[in-house]
Amino acid sequence: MEIKKTGVAGTMESSDIIVRIEPKETEGVELKLESAVMQQYGRQIEKVIRETLEELGVTRAYVDAVDKGALDCTVAARTLAAAYRSAESTDYVWKNGGAK
Amino acid sequence: MLFVPGNNPGMIRDAHIYGSDSIMFDLEDSVAITEKDAARFLVYKALTTLRYGKKELVVRINDLSSGLGVADLEAIVRAQPDVIRLPKTDSAKDVIECEREIERIEREAGIPVGKTGMMAAIESANGVLNAREIAFASKRLIGIALGAEDYVTDLKTTRSPEGIELMFARGMIVNAAKAAGIMALDTVYSDVNNEEGFINEATMIKKMGFDGKSVINPRQIAPLHAVFTPSEKDLMKARAVMDAIAEANARGSGVASLKGKMIDKPVVARAQYLLEMAERAKTMTVEEI
Repeated sequence: MEIKKTGVAGTMESSDIIVRIEPKETEGVELKLESAVMQQYGRQIEKVIRETLEELGVTRAYVDAVDKGALDCTVAARTLAAAYRSAESTDYVWKNGGAK
Repeated sequence: MLFVPGNNPGMIRDAHIYGSDSIMFDLEDSVAITEKDAARFLVYKALTTLRYGKKELVVRINDLSSGLGVADLEAIVRAQPDVIRLPKTDSAKDVIECEREIERIEREAGIPVGKTGMMAAIESANGVLNAREIAFASKRLIGIALGAEDYVTDLKTTRSPEGIELMFARGMIVNAAKAAGIMALDTVYSDVNNEEGFINEATMIKKMGFDGKSVINPRQIAPLHAVFTPSEKDLMKARAVMDAIAEANARGSGVASLKGKMIDKPVVARAQYLLEMAERAKTMTVEEI
Protein backbone atom coordinates (compact mmCIF):
# COMPACT_ATOMS: atom_id res chain seq x y z
CA MET A 1 0.00 0.00 0.00
CA GLU A 2 1.38 3.40 -0.97
CA ILE A 3 0.92 6.30 1.45
CA LYS A 4 -0.05 9.22 -0.78
CA LYS A 5 -1.15 11.94 1.64
CA THR A 6 -1.64 12.66 5.34
CA GLY A 7 -4.28 10.44 6.90
CA VAL A 8 -5.56 10.74 10.46
CA ALA A 9 -7.92 8.54 12.50
CA GLY A 10 -9.00 8.44 16.14
CA THR A 11 -9.75 10.98 18.84
CA MET A 12 -8.18 12.38 22.01
CA GLU A 13 -10.87 10.76 24.16
CA SER A 14 -9.99 8.28 26.87
CA SER A 15 -9.49 4.71 25.56
CA ASP A 16 -8.77 6.01 22.05
CA ILE A 17 -5.62 6.80 20.08
CA ILE A 18 -4.95 9.29 17.29
CA VAL A 19 -2.85 7.86 14.49
CA ARG A 20 -1.44 10.22 11.88
CA ILE A 21 0.30 8.75 8.84
CA GLU A 22 2.28 10.77 6.31
CA PRO A 23 4.17 9.94 3.12
CA LYS A 24 7.90 9.27 3.38
CA GLU A 25 10.30 9.18 0.45
CA THR A 26 12.77 6.70 1.85
CA GLU A 27 12.28 3.10 2.91
CA GLY A 28 11.15 2.37 6.47
CA VAL A 29 8.41 3.29 8.93
CA GLU A 30 9.41 6.05 11.34
CA LEU A 31 7.18 5.98 14.41
CA LYS A 32 6.71 8.60 17.10
CA LEU A 33 4.49 7.55 19.99
CA GLU A 34 3.16 9.48 22.96
CA SER A 35 1.21 7.66 25.65
CA ALA A 36 0.17 8.13 29.25
CA VAL A 37 1.01 4.46 29.74
CA MET A 38 4.27 4.55 27.76
CA GLN A 39 6.23 2.77 30.45
CA GLN A 40 3.84 -0.21 30.67
CA TYR A 41 2.41 -0.51 27.15
CA GLY A 42 4.55 1.64 24.83
CA ARG A 43 6.30 -1.33 23.22
CA GLN A 44 3.05 -3.21 22.75
CA ILE A 45 1.31 -0.23 21.10
CA GLU A 46 4.27 0.24 18.76
CA LYS A 47 4.23 -3.48 17.92
CA VAL A 48 0.52 -3.35 17.00
CA ILE A 49 0.98 -0.27 14.79
CA ARG A 50 4.00 -1.75 13.00
CA GLU A 51 2.37 -5.16 12.51
CA THR A 52 -0.84 -3.57 11.17
CA LEU A 53 1.13 -1.50 8.66
CA GLU A 54 3.24 -4.50 7.69
CA GLU A 55 0.09 -6.53 6.93
CA LEU A 56 -1.05 -3.71 4.63
CA GLY A 57 2.33 -3.67 2.89
CA VAL A 58 3.18 -0.15 4.04
CA THR A 59 6.96 0.17 3.95
CA ARG A 60 7.43 3.95 3.78
CA ALA A 61 5.65 6.21 6.24
CA TYR A 62 5.96 8.67 9.07
CA VAL A 63 3.61 7.69 11.89
CA ASP A 64 2.72 9.97 14.76
CA ALA A 65 0.48 8.46 17.45
CA VAL A 66 -0.98 9.91 20.64
CA ASP A 67 -2.43 7.20 22.85
CA LYS A 68 -5.08 7.72 25.51
CA GLY A 69 -5.19 4.19 26.87
CA ALA A 70 -6.47 2.34 23.77
CA LEU A 71 -6.82 -1.43 23.66
CA ASP A 72 -4.84 -3.32 21.01
CA CYS A 73 -7.94 -3.70 18.83
CA THR A 74 -8.49 0.08 18.92
CA VAL A 75 -4.84 0.75 18.04
CA ALA A 76 -5.13 -1.63 15.07
CA ALA A 77 -8.50 -0.16 13.95
CA ARG A 78 -7.23 3.44 14.05
CA THR A 79 -4.02 2.47 12.22
CA LEU A 80 -6.04 0.73 9.51
CA ALA A 81 -8.39 3.71 9.11
CA ALA A 82 -5.50 6.19 8.95
CA ALA A 83 -3.56 4.03 6.46
CA TYR A 84 -6.50 3.55 4.07
CA ARG A 85 -7.24 7.27 4.24
CA SER A 86 -3.57 8.03 3.53
CA ALA A 87 -3.58 5.66 0.59
CA GLU A 88 -6.91 7.06 -0.67
CA SER A 89 -8.09 3.49 -0.93
CA THR A 90 -11.34 1.70 -0.16
CA ASP A 91 -10.15 -1.75 -1.23
CA TYR A 92 -10.63 -3.11 2.26
CA VAL A 93 -9.62 -6.67 3.04
CA TRP A 94 -11.72 -8.38 5.69
CA LYS A 95 -10.71 -11.71 7.12
CA ASN A 96 -13.16 -14.04 8.81
CA GLY A 97 -13.46 -13.21 12.46
CA GLY A 98 -15.35 -15.17 15.02
CA ALA A 99 -17.28 -13.02 17.45
CA LYS A 100 -19.44 -16.12 17.88
CA MET B 1 -30.54 -4.18 23.91
CA LEU B 2 -27.92 -1.55 24.71
CA PHE B 3 -27.07 0.86 21.89
CA VAL B 4 -23.33 1.53 21.66
CA PRO B 5 -21.94 4.16 19.25
CA GLY B 6 -19.64 2.36 16.83
CA ASN B 7 -16.91 5.00 16.90
CA ASN B 8 -16.50 5.16 20.67
CA PRO B 9 -13.73 2.78 21.85
CA GLY B 10 -14.40 3.32 25.57
CA MET B 11 -18.06 2.40 25.29
CA ILE B 12 -17.28 -0.55 23.02
CA ARG B 13 -14.77 -1.82 25.59
CA ASP B 14 -17.18 -1.50 28.54
CA ALA B 15 -20.43 -2.47 26.83
CA HIS B 16 -20.60 -5.94 28.38
CA ILE B 17 -20.37 -4.88 32.01
CA TYR B 18 -23.78 -3.26 32.39
CA GLY B 19 -25.94 -6.39 32.32
CA SER B 20 -27.92 -5.90 29.10
CA ASP B 21 -29.11 -9.06 27.34
CA SER B 22 -27.72 -7.86 24.05
CA ILE B 23 -25.36 -5.20 22.76
CA MET B 24 -25.97 -3.31 19.53
CA PHE B 25 -22.92 -1.67 17.99
CA ASP B 26 -24.10 1.17 15.82
CA LEU B 27 -22.58 2.11 12.49
CA GLU B 28 -25.56 4.25 11.50
CA ASP B 29 -27.02 7.35 13.14
CA SER B 30 -24.52 7.70 15.99
CA VAL B 31 -21.58 7.85 13.58
CA ALA B 32 -20.70 11.03 11.64
CA ILE B 33 -20.63 10.58 7.89
CA THR B 34 -16.88 11.37 7.83
CA GLU B 35 -16.17 8.60 10.38
CA LYS B 36 -18.07 5.69 8.83
CA ASP B 37 -14.88 3.93 7.72
CA ALA B 38 -13.21 4.37 11.12
CA ALA B 39 -16.27 3.06 13.00
CA ARG B 40 -16.46 0.03 10.70
CA PHE B 41 -12.80 -0.83 11.44
CA LEU B 42 -13.36 -0.31 15.16
CA VAL B 43 -16.46 -2.50 15.44
CA TYR B 44 -14.93 -5.18 13.20
CA LYS B 45 -11.73 -5.26 15.31
CA ALA B 46 -13.69 -5.30 18.58
CA LEU B 47 -15.92 -8.15 17.43
CA THR B 48 -13.02 -10.23 16.22
CA THR B 49 -10.80 -9.54 19.24
CA LEU B 50 -12.80 -8.89 22.41
CA ARG B 51 -14.92 -11.47 24.19
CA TYR B 52 -18.41 -10.51 25.29
CA GLY B 53 -19.39 -13.83 26.88
CA LYS B 54 -22.93 -14.97 26.19
CA LYS B 55 -24.24 -11.55 25.23
CA GLU B 56 -26.19 -11.40 22.03
CA LEU B 57 -24.12 -9.24 19.67
CA VAL B 58 -25.90 -7.07 17.14
CA VAL B 59 -24.53 -4.57 14.62
CA ARG B 60 -26.70 -1.88 13.08
CA ILE B 61 -25.46 -1.24 9.56
CA ASN B 62 -26.26 1.71 7.33
CA ASP B 63 -29.18 1.11 4.98
CA LEU B 64 -28.29 -0.26 1.58
CA SER B 65 -29.56 2.80 -0.32
CA SER B 66 -27.06 5.02 1.56
CA GLY B 67 -24.21 3.47 -0.42
CA LEU B 68 -22.57 2.37 2.85
CA GLY B 69 -24.64 -0.68 3.73
CA VAL B 70 -22.93 -3.24 1.50
CA ALA B 71 -19.47 -2.04 2.63
CA ASP B 72 -20.64 -2.48 6.23
CA LEU B 73 -21.86 -5.99 5.46
CA GLU B 74 -18.55 -6.97 3.82
CA ALA B 75 -16.83 -6.35 7.16
CA ILE B 76 -19.50 -7.23 9.68
CA VAL B 77 -20.75 -10.53 8.23
CA ARG B 78 -17.14 -11.76 8.37
CA ALA B 79 -16.84 -10.65 12.00
CA GLN B 80 -19.81 -12.94 12.71
CA PRO B 81 -22.00 -11.23 15.28
CA ASP B 82 -25.30 -12.95 16.11
CA VAL B 83 -27.49 -10.46 14.33
CA ILE B 84 -27.29 -7.68 11.75
CA ARG B 85 -29.84 -4.95 12.26
CA LEU B 86 -31.14 -3.31 9.12
CA PRO B 87 -32.36 0.26 9.68
CA LYS B 88 -35.11 2.10 7.82
CA THR B 89 -36.90 -1.01 6.57
CA ASP B 90 -39.84 0.10 4.44
CA SER B 91 -40.77 -3.15 2.73
CA ALA B 92 -40.03 -6.87 2.41
CA LYS B 93 -37.82 -5.96 -0.56
CA ASP B 94 -35.37 -4.16 1.75
CA VAL B 95 -35.03 -7.30 3.88
CA ILE B 96 -34.65 -9.57 0.85
CA GLU B 97 -31.98 -7.35 -0.74
CA CYS B 98 -30.00 -7.25 2.51
CA GLU B 99 -30.35 -11.00 2.94
CA ARG B 100 -29.07 -11.55 -0.61
CA GLU B 101 -25.90 -9.58 0.18
CA ILE B 102 -25.41 -11.41 3.50
CA GLU B 103 -25.78 -14.76 1.76
CA ARG B 104 -23.29 -13.80 -0.96
CA ILE B 105 -20.72 -12.75 1.64
CA GLU B 106 -21.31 -15.89 3.75
CA ARG B 107 -20.62 -18.02 0.64
CA GLU B 108 -17.49 -16.03 -0.28
CA ALA B 109 -16.19 -16.22 3.30
CA GLY B 110 -17.00 -19.89 3.81
CA ILE B 111 -19.42 -19.10 6.64
CA PRO B 112 -22.40 -21.50 6.82
CA VAL B 113 -25.23 -19.93 4.82
CA GLY B 114 -27.94 -18.77 7.19
CA LYS B 115 -25.68 -18.37 10.23
CA THR B 116 -26.08 -14.61 10.35
CA GLY B 117 -29.34 -13.52 11.93
CA MET B 118 -31.21 -10.40 10.95
CA MET B 119 -33.39 -7.85 12.63
CA ALA B 120 -35.36 -5.19 10.77
CA ALA B 121 -36.07 -1.76 12.23
CA ILE B 122 -39.22 -0.10 10.99
CA GLU B 123 -38.95 3.66 11.02
CA SER B 124 -41.55 5.09 8.62
CA ALA B 125 -45.31 5.20 8.09
CA ASN B 126 -44.87 3.02 5.02
CA GLY B 127 -42.76 0.53 6.96
CA VAL B 128 -45.38 0.28 9.70
CA LEU B 129 -48.09 -0.44 7.14
CA ASN B 130 -45.84 -3.14 5.66
CA ALA B 131 -44.91 -4.62 9.06
CA ARG B 132 -46.50 -7.98 8.34
CA GLU B 133 -44.73 -8.57 5.02
CA ILE B 134 -41.46 -7.38 6.57
CA ALA B 135 -41.82 -9.80 9.50
CA PHE B 136 -42.36 -12.70 7.10
CA ALA B 137 -39.66 -11.64 4.58
CA SER B 138 -36.79 -13.85 5.76
CA LYS B 139 -36.17 -16.88 7.91
CA ARG B 140 -33.11 -15.09 9.25
CA LEU B 141 -35.24 -12.49 11.01
CA ILE B 142 -35.21 -12.96 14.75
CA GLY B 143 -37.28 -9.86 15.31
CA ILE B 144 -38.57 -6.51 14.14
CA ALA B 145 -38.11 -3.26 15.97
CA LEU B 146 -39.68 0.16 16.06
CA GLY B 147 -37.41 3.13 15.39
CA ALA B 148 -39.50 5.97 16.75
CA GLU B 149 -37.46 9.08 16.03
CA ASP B 150 -37.62 8.78 12.24
CA TYR B 151 -41.17 7.44 12.46
CA VAL B 152 -42.58 10.47 14.30
CA THR B 153 -40.75 12.75 11.89
CA ASP B 154 -42.46 10.90 9.05
CA LEU B 155 -45.81 11.39 10.80
CA LYS B 156 -44.98 15.10 11.21
CA THR B 157 -45.42 14.92 14.94
CA THR B 158 -43.15 14.66 17.96
CA ARG B 159 -42.70 12.15 20.78
CA SER B 160 -44.69 12.59 23.96
CA PRO B 161 -44.13 11.04 27.41
CA GLU B 162 -47.36 9.03 26.98
CA GLY B 163 -46.39 7.75 23.53
CA ILE B 164 -49.86 8.24 22.04
CA GLU B 165 -48.26 8.97 18.64
CA LEU B 166 -46.68 5.47 18.65
CA MET B 167 -49.77 3.44 19.55
CA PHE B 168 -50.60 2.38 16.01
CA ALA B 169 -47.00 1.56 15.07
CA ARG B 170 -46.45 -0.43 18.26
CA GLY B 171 -49.70 -2.32 17.73
CA MET B 172 -48.83 -3.13 14.12
CA ILE B 173 -45.26 -4.18 14.90
CA VAL B 174 -46.07 -6.38 17.88
CA ASN B 175 -48.89 -8.08 15.96
CA ALA B 176 -46.79 -8.63 12.85
CA ALA B 177 -43.93 -10.06 14.91
CA LYS B 178 -46.14 -12.45 16.82
CA ALA B 179 -47.89 -13.56 13.64
CA ALA B 180 -44.47 -14.42 12.18
CA GLY B 181 -43.29 -16.05 15.41
CA ILE B 182 -40.43 -13.60 15.94
CA MET B 183 -39.61 -11.00 18.58
CA ALA B 184 -40.93 -7.46 18.81
CA LEU B 185 -38.50 -4.91 20.16
CA ASP B 186 -39.55 -1.46 21.28
CA THR B 187 -37.83 1.82 20.55
CA VAL B 188 -35.50 3.80 22.80
CA TYR B 189 -36.69 6.21 25.49
CA SER B 190 -34.52 9.25 24.94
CA ASP B 191 -35.09 11.19 28.18
CA VAL B 192 -32.57 9.31 30.32
CA ASN B 193 -33.24 11.53 33.34
CA ASN B 194 -36.92 10.61 33.48
CA GLU B 195 -36.82 7.18 35.10
CA GLU B 196 -40.50 7.21 36.03
CA GLY B 197 -41.48 7.93 32.42
CA PHE B 198 -39.14 5.18 31.24
CA ILE B 199 -40.63 2.62 33.65
CA ASN B 200 -44.18 3.62 32.65
CA GLU B 201 -43.32 3.14 28.99
CA ALA B 202 -41.53 -0.18 29.63
CA THR B 203 -44.52 -1.45 31.63
CA MET B 204 -46.89 -0.47 28.83
CA ILE B 205 -44.91 -2.09 26.01
CA LYS B 206 -44.45 -5.29 28.01
CA LYS B 207 -48.21 -5.39 28.51
CA MET B 208 -48.65 -4.88 24.75
CA GLY B 209 -46.59 -7.99 24.08
CA PHE B 210 -43.15 -6.61 23.24
CA ASP B 211 -40.24 -8.92 24.07
CA GLY B 212 -37.78 -6.20 24.94
CA LYS B 213 -36.70 -2.62 24.52
CA SER B 214 -33.67 -0.79 23.23
CA VAL B 215 -31.82 1.40 25.69
CA ILE B 216 -29.35 4.20 25.07
CA ASN B 217 -27.98 4.52 28.59
CA PRO B 218 -26.77 1.73 30.91
CA ARG B 219 -28.83 3.35 33.69
CA GLN B 220 -31.98 2.15 31.95
CA ILE B 221 -31.02 -1.54 32.04
CA ALA B 222 -31.82 -2.35 35.68
CA PRO B 223 -35.29 -0.71 35.68
CA LEU B 224 -36.08 -2.42 32.36
CA HIS B 225 -35.11 -5.83 33.72
CA ALA B 226 -37.19 -5.15 36.81
CA VAL B 227 -40.22 -4.59 34.59
CA PHE B 228 -39.60 -7.68 32.45
CA THR B 229 -38.57 -10.10 35.22
CA PRO B 230 -41.64 -12.00 36.49
CA SER B 231 -42.68 -11.22 40.09
CA GLU B 232 -42.48 -13.90 42.78
CA LYS B 233 -46.30 -13.86 43.06
CA ASP B 234 -46.70 -14.56 39.33
CA LEU B 235 -44.05 -17.27 39.49
CA MET B 236 -45.84 -19.01 42.35
CA LYS B 237 -49.03 -19.04 40.30
CA ALA B 238 -47.15 -20.38 37.27
CA ARG B 239 -45.52 -23.13 39.32
CA ALA B 240 -48.92 -24.09 40.78
CA VAL B 241 -50.32 -24.36 37.24
CA MET B 242 -47.45 -26.58 36.12
CA ASP B 243 -47.77 -28.73 39.27
CA ALA B 244 -51.49 -29.19 38.62
CA ILE B 245 -50.75 -30.25 35.05
CA ALA B 246 -48.11 -32.73 36.21
CA GLU B 247 -50.52 -34.13 38.78
CA ALA B 248 -53.28 -34.53 36.20
CA ASN B 249 -50.86 -36.27 33.83
CA ALA B 250 -49.79 -38.63 36.63
CA ARG B 251 -53.45 -39.48 37.22
CA GLY B 252 -53.81 -40.15 33.52
CA SER B 253 -56.36 -37.36 33.31
CA GLY B 254 -56.42 -34.91 30.43
CA VAL B 255 -58.15 -32.28 32.54
CA ALA B 256 -56.30 -30.28 35.15
CA SER B 257 -57.77 -27.81 37.59
CA LEU B 258 -56.45 -25.35 40.15
CA LYS B 259 -58.56 -24.04 43.02
CA GLY B 260 -61.66 -25.39 41.35
CA LYS B 261 -60.97 -23.75 37.98
CA MET B 262 -60.12 -25.73 34.86
CA ILE B 263 -56.68 -24.94 33.42
CA ASP B 264 -56.88 -24.47 29.69
CA LYS B 265 -54.05 -24.43 27.14
CA PRO B 266 -53.34 -20.66 26.99
CA VAL B 267 -52.96 -20.60 30.80
CA VAL B 268 -50.36 -23.37 30.56
CA ALA B 269 -48.55 -21.59 27.72
CA ARG B 270 -48.39 -18.35 29.73
CA ALA B 271 -47.15 -20.20 32.82
CA GLN B 272 -44.43 -21.91 30.77
CA TYR B 273 -43.37 -18.61 29.18
CA LEU B 274 -43.20 -16.93 32.58
CA LEU B 275 -41.04 -19.69 34.05
CA GLU B 276 -38.76 -19.55 31.00
CA MET B 277 -38.38 -15.78 31.43
CA ALA B 278 -37.53 -16.22 35.12
CA GLU B 279 -34.99 -18.89 34.25
CA ARG B 280 -33.37 -16.64 31.67
CA ALA B 281 -33.26 -13.72 34.11
CA LYS B 282 -31.60 -16.01 36.67
CA THR B 283 -29.01 -17.20 34.14
CA MET B 284 -28.14 -13.62 33.23
CA THR B 285 -27.70 -12.63 36.88
CA VAL B 286 -25.47 -15.59 37.67
CA GLU B 287 -23.37 -14.95 34.55
CA GLU B 288 -22.88 -11.30 35.48
CA ILE B 289 -21.76 -12.16 39.02
